[in-house]
Amino acid sequence: MTASPTAAAPNVAPKKSFLQSLEVDLRLLGMIGAFLAVCLVFNMLTEGRFLTPRNIFNLTIQTVSVAIMATGMVFVIVTRHIDLSVGALLATCTAVMAMAQTQWLPNMLGLELGHPMIPWVTIVIGLITGAVIGGAQGWLIGYQAIPAFIVTLGGLLIWRNVGWWMTDGATIGPLDQTFILFGGITGTLGAVWSWVVGIVATVLSLAAMWSARRTKIGHEFPVKPLWAEGVMMGFVAVAILGFVAILNAYTVPQRVIARDPSLFGCEVAEGCVAAYGLPYSVLVLIVVAIVMTVIALRTRLGRYIFATGGNPDAAELSGINTRLLTVKIFAMVGVLSALAGVVASARLGYHTNDIGTLDELRVIAAAVIGGTALSGGIGTIYGAIIGALIMQSLQSGMAMVGVDAPYQNIVVGAVLVLAVWIDIQYRKRTGVK
Amino acid sequence: MKTPLVEMKNVSIAFGGVRAVDNVSIELHAGEVVGLLGHNGAGKSTLIKMLSGAYKMDSGEIFIEGKKASINSPRDSRDYNIETIYQTLALADNLDAASNLFLGRELTTPFGFVDDGRMEAETRKIMTRLNPNFRKLKEPVSALSGGQRQSVAIARAVYFNAKILIMDEPTAALGVHETEMVADLIKELKSQGLGIFLISHDTREMMELCDRVAVMKNGQMVGTERVEDVTEDDILSMIILGKNPKVAA
Repeated sequence: MTASPTAAAPNVAPKKSFLQSLEVDLRLLGMIGAFLAVCLVFNMLTEGRFLTPRNIFNLTIQTVSVAIMATGMVFVIVTRHIDLSVGALLATCTAVMAMAQTQWLPNMLGLELGHPMIPWVTIVIGLITGAVIGGAQGWLIGYQAIPAFIVTLGGLLIWRNVGWWMTDGATIGPLDQTFILFGGITGTLGAVWSWVVGIVATVLSLAAMWSARRTKIGHEFPVKPLWAEGVMMGFVAVAILGFVAILNAYTVPQRVIARDPSLFGCEVAEGCVAAYGLPYSVLVLIVVAIVMTVIALRTRLGRYIFATGGNPDAAELSGINTRLLTVKIFAMVGVLSALAGVVASARLGYHTNDIGTLDELRVIAAAVIGGTALSGGIGTIYGAIIGALIMQSLQSGMAMVGVDAPYQNIVVGAVLVLAVWIDIQYRKRTGVK
Repeated sequence: MKTPLVEMKNVSIAFGGVRAVDNVSIELHAGEVVGLLGHNGAGKSTLIKMLSGAYKMDSGEIFIEGKKASINSPRDSRDYNIETIYQTLALADNLDAASNLFLGRELTTPFGFVDDGRMEAETRKIMTRLNPNFRKLKEPVSALSGGQRQSVAIARAVYFNAKILIMDEPTAALGVHETEMVADLIKELKSQGLGIFLISHDTREMMELCDRVAVMKNGQMVGTERVEDVTEDDILSMIILGKNPKVAA
């Protein structure tokens, strides 16, 4: 939202700059700018290897797991809490899911390995595990008033090692063939379906923008000029379709096609060209992002989360059950950790003992780089996802350039602090809290 | 005599051994403004917070229109058509005026989503009535002036057709002009038949706006008098000495 500085009478249109007319969120613009800057710098340093379709594809699937959890972390931080246990919770959930699909379901229920029900039952078990553990932590925080920092610090130690104990520290796998489709490169839509999804998404986005405009006009609120709406719609369409085009430009290597040409719709490997297209894991992230954004902006739950973050006393005096709200938020993070666990373990093909180690810090950093304020009340879902992208780009960019491991973490740490400092300066300048 | 709108009978609450409100009784009738006076810490805010559901009383009874009421939370209080304007305003600073006005009672679309458009339109309507200069509908209330924030808090209490209104220092943050607007509003609401509890330190203002004033000291009720029957000096001595001169005389 751009603030009209003079707050002139509604029917007199004050002169506005180009950006003001577009009514774009300047902070969103800043974050996208920072992300693009990171990409361009690494592209120069790697002589064009960073911005190849292949690397963009990899970057995307590497970001998914942290980004899914970061959307939930936004709600936690907005309500002035913190969750240090997400990485460990992810490990316990993947341990449960790995044990379920390789041992419990086959041995106890007699489902054969590879039975079509296994992956889905497994995922449901995982999500329930996440919800129960997250909800229990939320109950301790909301109803027993133990600080979230302590509960989830304890959770970090407990769930990291419950996962270890359940699996005796062993790597569990290989995981179900359908399950690992959620990992990234192992499960993609292919070129045609990626275009279909891209076009449907574009049409829906433009329709949503248009209907928002109609609603505003219906309530006689000021709307941005038609040309500005058109420009924004153009940006959205180009962004969605451009993203699909880039992913579709990453073609399957010949040696992979040669293994089984029929998978790629060819009879023989020679002359067969196939693209990976949109990975399922990215679709999962997109669905999570949409659902979480709708919760944040269009539901009472979201309204109460932000109200509680802005002023907990006021929220309580307005009749909001802030304790139950805390349970719901932490249960949500639990579910998202389990979902991130599906993606992370599917990507590896195994459950490993150290899966998700230090993810809690990446997730918190992503949310904070994305503009979520630790003082509460402020944060966006898209910000957290862009934050996760920036973190991942830095990390894999430095790895590609050949920066030594210790320097990598030093840079990431410095960027985290710098990002928050810039955000504070921006808020001071604009007077927005 | 008519049944009082609100009757609080022998109400007490203690915090860690301190009796913040000690066996206090007070009543409020429809179309009446009752002022609560007393030093800081006399127990005025605590007394009304038991009515608004922010605190739970240790003992005593509350009757609303003659029926015994059980108020255990702010939501219960709202269900009895009691609205409160807190001294702190109780606004979520990060949200805009409409979100604050409807907080906890959002208007929703048939699909159950919050209907921001309709809430903003309603907010615009009530704000033009309460504070014609109010324009910053889209901005978080932290960007508003003290007076504007106050009008959001007042709008929230007035919008939902309250029968009983509690105003804890509604004019503390306001300029002269805005204070007059609040005074006019109180008179208007009173003529509509609302019962209003008003807390203020300004004795003169209280003499003008209230029908009766109740003075508290150290958690106890010193006395309740009709404003016609007392002078400002009488009230001041009640506040300071904690004795009702009329009873003594």
